[in-house]
Amino acid sequence: MQNPLAFVMAIAYISAAIAVFNGFLTTIGQARIACAALEGIARQPEARGPLTTSMIISLAFAETGGIYGLVIALIVLFPNPILNQFYMYLV
Amino acid sequence: MNFDVRNLGVINIGPIEIWITESIVVAWAIMALLIVFAIIVRVKLRNFKDIPTGFQNFVEIIVEAFEGLVIRSAGPKLAWIGGWFFTVFAFLMLSNMSGLILFIRPPTADWPVPLGLALITFLLIHFAGIRYRGWDYIKSFFEPIFIFFPVNVLGEISKPIALSFRLFGNVLGGMILVSLVYGLAPMVVQLFLPPVLHLYFDVFAGTLQAFIFTVLSLTFVGVAATHSSET
Repeated sequence: MQNPLAFVMAIAYISAAIAVFNGFLTTIGQARIACAALEGIARQPEARGPLTTSMIISLAFAETGGIYGLVIALIVLFPNPILNQFYMYLV
Repeated sequence: MNFDVRNLGVINIGPIEIWITESIVVAWAIMALLIVFAIIVRVKLRNFKDIPTGFQNFVEIIVEAFEGLVIRSAGPKLAWIGGWFFTVFAFLMLSNMSGLILFIRPPTADWPVPLGLALITFLLIHFAGIRYRGWDYIKSFFEPIFIFFPVNVLGEISKPIALSFRLFGNVLGGMILVSLVYGLAPMVVQLFLPPVLHLYFDVFAGTLQAFIFTVLSLTFVGVAATHSSET
């Protein structure tokens, strides 16, 4: 290993990619919510208004997990607490 | 590329440093804009007419639409809360859209701003719960049995954090994506891609997230104020 700093940076970028990857499951969950809402609207077109509002709220709830992943990825990339902690040993 | 919040100046009060960041300045500018608009509306509508015309029509449409939303999601007895949440909605919508102006970072892309608004929601939840349900509300923390108390408290604490992170993550993600396109994309791409991204992230997602923040807060307050037997 030539440069330990580069190693820590590489690990940070890989962990950011893994953190963002949980958007995969979030998308599947949101697709299921939208699917169920569409089925409800198709069965009962006059209930479109309340169903749309409930769908948007449920979508926001399901989105929380993906947003957490995004925030963790941003923390790992920009402020990077781990890198700051080990900086004095590395350089 | 630097995504830090710019610091414009420091005020020293004794040992305490108060940082005047870009978010504070932009947020106050938006608040000033809203206050000026409110004063204009107040002056123009000094005497309300029974049959509305022109400008009064416009104002009444907005207020009635929002009041309907409050009554539908929080219940009719909480209609007085609508004034505060309409202010929050207008502020959040304008601050999410302020990314449209060049070199301005939306104040909601700085975590303390959404966290402050979410903490006010947190206070409102418990105020409404205790005011409308009294002991029944405090007892609901010990349900189904008293061992669940820490779990219920954790659930309550996670509400404002989740609420603020949802708004913050959406706005910050959009801002970073747009500034990456501005900084890294070749000149040909920059001619037509940024307007589309601005339209989606600032106008569409910004309005949607402001709406979701308001409706979720209203729902939380409404759920806390309703007896489990009523519904």
